[in-house]
Amino acid sequence: MDAIVLQILNGLDKGSAYALIALGLTLIFGTLGVVNFAHGALFMLGAFCTVTLSRILTLSHEVVDPTRKDFLGNPLKVDVPYIYDWFGESTGAAIIDWAVPLSILFAIPIMIGIGVLMERGLIKHFYKRPHADQILVTFGLAIVLQEIIKYYFGANQIPAPAPQAFVGSLDFGALVGFEPGAIIYPYWRIVYFCFAMLLVGAVFAFLQFTTFGMVVRAGMADRETVGLLGINIDRRFTVMFGIAAAVAGLAGVMYTPINSPNYHMGMDFLVISFVVVVVGGMGSLPGAVLAGFVLGILESFASMRQVIELLPGVNQVVIYLAAIVILLTRPRGLLGRRGVMED
Amino acid sequence: MLGLNKKDASLLVVVAILVVCAPILLNPFPENSSLAQFNAGYPDLMQRFVIFGIFAIGFNILFGLTGYLSFGHAAFLGAGSYAGMWMMKLLSINVIPAIIFSTVIAGVISLAIGWISLRRSGIYFSILTLAFAQMAFALAASVLTPITGGETGLQTNLNDPRILPEFLGGGSAVDGNIPKPSLFGIEMTASFEIPVAGWLWTFNWGYYICGIMMLIAFYVAIRIFRSPFGLMLKAVKSNQQRMNYTGLNTRPYMLACFVISGMYAGLAGGLMAAMDPQVGAERMQWTASGEVVLMTILGGVGTLIGPVLGAGLIKYFENIFSKINKATLEVWFGVFPDWMSDFFVTIVYPFIGKGWHLTLGLLFMGIVIFLPGGLVEGGQRIRKLFNRKSSDASAKANPAE
Repeated sequence: MDAIVLQILNGLDKGSAYALIALGLTLIFGTLGVVNFAHGALFMLGAFCTVTLSRILTLSHEVVDPTRKDFLGNPLKVDVPYIYDWFGESTGAAIIDWAVPLSILFAIPIMIGIGVLMERGLIKHFYKRPHADQILVTFGLAIVLQEIIKYYFGANQIPAPAPQAFVGSLDFGALVGFEPGAIIYPYWRIVYFCFAMLLVGAVFAFLQFTTFGMVVRAGMADRETVGLLGINIDRRFTVMFGIAAAVAGLAGVMYTPINSPNYHMGMDFLVISFVVVVVGGMGSLPGAVLAGFVLGILESFASMRQVIELLPGVNQVVIYLAAIVILLTRPRGLLGRRGVMED
Repeated sequence: MLGLNKKDASLLVVVAILVVCAPILLNPFPENSSLAQFNAGYPDLMQRFVIFGIFAIGFNILFGLTGYLSFGHAAFLGAGSYAGMWMMKLLSINVIPAIIFSTVIAGVISLAIGWISLRRSGIYFSILTLAFAQMAFALAASVLTPITGGETGLQTNLNDPRILPEFLGGGSAVDGNIPKPSLFGIEMTASFEIPVAGWLWTFNWGYYICGIMMLIAFYVAIRIFRSPFGLMLKAVKSNQQRMNYTGLNTRPYMLACFVISGMYAGLAGGLMAAMDPQVGAERMQWTASGEVVLMTILGGVGTLIGPVLGAGLIKYFENIFSKINKATLEVWFGVFPDWMSDFFVTIVYPFIGKGWHLTLGLLFMGIVIFLPGGLVEGGQRIRKLFNRKSSDASAKANPAE
């Protein structure tokens, strides 16, 4: 029993990442009808927003500390971040420590900007082209973005630790009545899951309860009619593209403590997130979220030792296997709408 | 000639001449000149040109004719490589059984994958093929280790059985060494060099065997493009629904096309194993599938010669462009004043050497945006431009007509 709970919990954090990326992809597909292969790159850009911010925060200048000596006996030179000078040492240290959560604020405007730029500059010209062309041009864009990041940040992983307060693990089992130590779960993964749920909730609330969201939903159902009513639907869809980019970026920002960012992390997630979108049903937002969590949990169950002994290698292929089965038995995916991308 | 019309026959002849003369044509710069690093006429790279040419031709038969974008073709390439390696380990070091067996195995695997994937079309087909290829890659790297060698890959060994008689390339060792892949005793790495006044031309056996295979593959592709079968596939691309409404079942045609395309990939994989007897699972990764897509698009989808051009261009970039380093650039821009040369080096450097992927990505985007027909369309446009100019000129010259 405790093993099952543990696997479900393990699946949740990976599932959250899948769900967030797939949600963004579906937003873009549902509104603009564009298959965006550069979405993984947006996830990666978000992660590198964190890296950039923590580098900016730790920008420092040398100060001679007369009280201490280095090994040659000269006064020790210490690198002091500028932020210590501005906010005092303890506040400054706390700000640097909380760099990852702070990057959320930093990443939102940047990612929305990148998204809007991408839509206006490139994607706009591909609405009328076939899906294959859209896949190809965004695939090319993904390569370009990835190489630019590689040029500036190098090919190695760059660690971005979580704040001290969230380092360590929670004994989840003891809280709900299992043996102490049976279910240990890192704090940051709980944070990530809650953050993902919050973000998903915010996107759904935005679409459901605001006038803007209502117009966007109407546009998703019938773009032409909304246009005929005198509403500039294109501009709203551009904003939605920016929001989708921000969702992917934030997923990347918060993922950095779990997995240190490197330049090809986007490509690694891209393949799986497309599988997630298709399993959930093209154009269905709840489907994308549901499929993200289902596949994440399925993957963590398949990595259990007992399962691997029974079916060796199944942990590597279970997602693809599930995708193949679902695509062949439920042509529209789990929650796909009738009439959206039905071959 | 050979059942081709005049235009196709001349295209085939031109390609044949290019393939035969490639060791000379790809070495335009003398051996000791500073431009010698742009020479592509060495056996290893030329083999890759033609092998990836075969791979891209096969991919183009599927994508160019039917419009089905497969993101899983690397699986067939990898399967072909493994199959070829096993033939060279078990049967004989002769490359012929390896090539035949790799093609057949890839055909069988593509039949199985195609049978399932072709139930869907559009993006679903792409995702299905991608899923199968990723599964193949993951399994080859982990569970199938007894067959594939897992992470370390598969190599020819001293104690491989090789059961065929000696003159057919059997026998486990030659003078205590691992035998090299050969064709009735001619080793694939064997080549003879002709130095001509500063130039060094290398004629390599392995390259010519690959070249002959590519010419055959190219010829078969032309025949498929011009056949009623090819016409049927083009009809699938333009409107599959209408095909179904006229009472034609397109499934068998699509499956045949998918299998042919997979066999081309298997042939390419087998040749790769024959030229360089070691295979790793990374050959099956989805980035390898992406690469063949890039090649086909760059060259020109649905054209005969396009995929070969694209394959050559990408492999040239990968091997030649990636070797240029900062010092080379500084020598080139050395003629300018210092500040100017520094400026140029800073501008150009991100795009070459290790950053060649960036150039490739930009080039690819540019082609998809501005030239959907690839390099071939670019060539046609330029030719049209010249034709118009010359016809304008002739019109002006003879106003009376």
